[in-house]
Amino acid sequence: MHKLLDPKKYPRGAWVGIVLIAVALAVLPFALAGIGTAWVRITNLSILFVLLALGLNIVVGFAGLLDLGYIAFYAVGAYTYALLASPHFNLHLPFWVILPIGAAVACFFGVLLGAPTLKLRGDYLAIVTLGFGEIIRIFLNNLSQPVNLTNGPQGITLIDPFRIGSFSFAERETIMGLDFTGPVKYYYLLVLVVMVVIVINLRLQNSRIGRAWEAIREDEIAARAMGINTRNMKLLAFAMGASFGGISGGIFSATQGFISPESFVLVESVMVLSMVVLGGMGNIWGVILGAVLLSFMPEVLRYTVGPAQERLFGRMLIEPEVIRMLLFGFALVLMMLFRPAGILPSALRKRELETVEGAE
Amino acid sequence: MQLPGGRVDTFLQQIVNGLTLGSVYAVVALGYTMVYGIIQLINFAHGEVVMIGAMTAFTVINALAGAHVGLPPIAIVLAGVLVAIPVCMGVGFTLERAAYRPLRNAPRLAPLITAIGLSIILQHLAMIIWSRNPLPFPQIIAVHPYHVTGNPDGATITNVQIAIIVTSVAMMAGLLALVYRTKLGIAMRATSQNQSVAGLMGININTVISLTFVIGAALGAMAGVMVGTYYGIAQYQMGFILGLKAFSAAVLGGIGNLAGAMLGGVLLGLIEALGAGYVGDLTNLCQLSSWSDAIAERCVNDPNLTLFGSNYQDVFAFLVLIAVLIFRPSGLLGERVSDRA
Repeated sequence: MHKLLDPKKYPRGAWVGIVLIAVALAVLPFALAGIGTAWVRITNLSILFVLLALGLNIVVGFAGLLDLGYIAFYAVGAYTYALLASPHFNLHLPFWVILPIGAAVACFFGVLLGAPTLKLRGDYLAIVTLGFGEIIRIFLNNLSQPVNLTNGPQGITLIDPFRIGSFSFAERETIMGLDFTGPVKYYYLLVLVVMVVIVINLRLQNSRIGRAWEAIREDEIAARAMGINTRNMKLLAFAMGASFGGISGGIFSATQGFISPESFVLVESVMVLSMVVLGGMGNIWGVILGAVLLSFMPEVLRYTVGPAQERLFGRMLIEPEVIRMLLFGFALVLMMLFRPAGILPSALRKRELETVEGAE
Repeated sequence: MQLPGGRVDTFLQQIVNGLTLGSVYAVVALGYTMVYGIIQLINFAHGEVVMIGAMTAFTVINALAGAHVGLPPIAIVLAGVLVAIPVCMGVGFTLERAAYRPLRNAPRLAPLITAIGLSIILQHLAMIIWSRNPLPFPQIIAVHPYHVTGNPDGATITNVQIAIIVTSVAMMAGLLALVYRTKLGIAMRATSQNQSVAGLMGININTVISLTFVIGAALGAMAGVMVGTYYGIAQYQMGFILGLKAFSAAVLGGIGNLAGAMLGGVLLGLIEALGAGYVGDLTNLCQLSSWSDAIAERCVNDPNLTLFGSNYQDVFAFLVLIAVLIFRPSGLLGERVSDRA
């Protein structure tokens, strides 16, 4: 058994903590539903961003490849789900069939994009992925002609929710006196998925592959000299990141029930990148923290910045949306300047710094 | 085969449009390639500098045109340019000094992430200053078309297009003279070859790098005014796609190479204009009418049943970029092959 899951490895105090977190996670949606169902939805979206950020973390944090068009893979996953489970083509495949397809399609695009660029310097990858994100969006916007594939800017509506037999994630039902709304059900599903993804990430990080990525990130030539097939390893990181994006996209499609190219603009890529950078590139817990902080920020800003401006100046001078973007920008710049390892730096980086000090 | 006159004219018109746009790309691409050549950094925020140039100039031009001071139109445009250039130089200098210089020896990822952050910041600051809505270019210069051929309905080139092409060529010539004929140029070339050795030879590296940013920003300001004038509007988001295309042009020509950026820019402009002009005809499914009855049926109602239309114009630059990276990563004129990551 892996040491992460080995019960003997943890002291009793850790178990108390784990149980407390589990209880908190289980109760959270009902507490939030008390404030308003909207907050459950916001939480779900936040968990989706955690998924996305964890996926991008594989690419940027582990392997050190800057992907600026990550949202394109999210879009590919979302559209795959939407096309295979909506009245648009009158296809209604079950979600457990589509999600792997979405992941595979996203993975295919990842390899397609990565193959020509990964053997070049990292900056080319950044700009090509940026362009790729735009291309995907342009295609999604225009592929309603001559055959209506994506329905253009109107997007795709009436996307099926997740359904297992007669159990639908979108319907409200009462189980044992508790009121399970659609978002609450999705919340539990998302928490489950996120836990699986976290475990996969932790296992990856300490595996042979994870160490190879780390070596490539720190010094590619040295890594190659050590016998690592750098191109294949980079391609693998890219493909895995893309598949995680594809799966998140599929879940996004199902929870929203409606998608359009508007949801997959560059700003979203930058947002996910900010989450990874703010939390701490390469550190899974840091990335999760960054994702939760930044995905709740728009809501917090909406309730604070707007009213505060109205009280101070009598009108809304700067929209919360713009402030949010400015904060993203400053987060990226200031983190790079003053705390490049993020809020929660990865253990490795910390260890490196400590050895340097100890050596003196 | 004899081409009908109309077709030749369409072709010439696309060439004229492509050359105009291409010379703007070339000027913007110079900004990327200069910075890349000297410190191997992709300055993502350069597109935003171009945008700020356009916005500043338009604000000045609008104000002067609205005030009816009686200046001739050329003087008003010139005033706009003369304000925009120092503003952009200031922005370029600040970016380098505050954000890029502290990271000069940091891992490669850090300045890239900073650059994208700066780009977002500049875009949204511009949005706060100038609002979401596009700024119009006031109708002070009467656009006058000249016929390229004898055909009165044929291809034309406007005075604005001529001005853009001439100005771009003049700026490129000026830059080449600066880099290859002056002391500063020697210092810049030395710094790009080997910073520490250049430093030992008595060159102030920091000054040279700052000046590179400032010169690139000045070129960017001019490009912003030109592209804004050409399209008649300027908007806070205009720099993003323009910057991407110009970067693609720089890579096409060979990044770090000045002549390459110019060639790449003009080529990209031509590819884009011809591509957008002809992709509709080339992918017109009605050519296949004899193959499939279903297509023939649809073509009766809709003779323009095309697979891709001119709305894909923005895609060409990226396709060119990816093709160059696959087949000739060093670009057309570049000798610097893929370096270590």
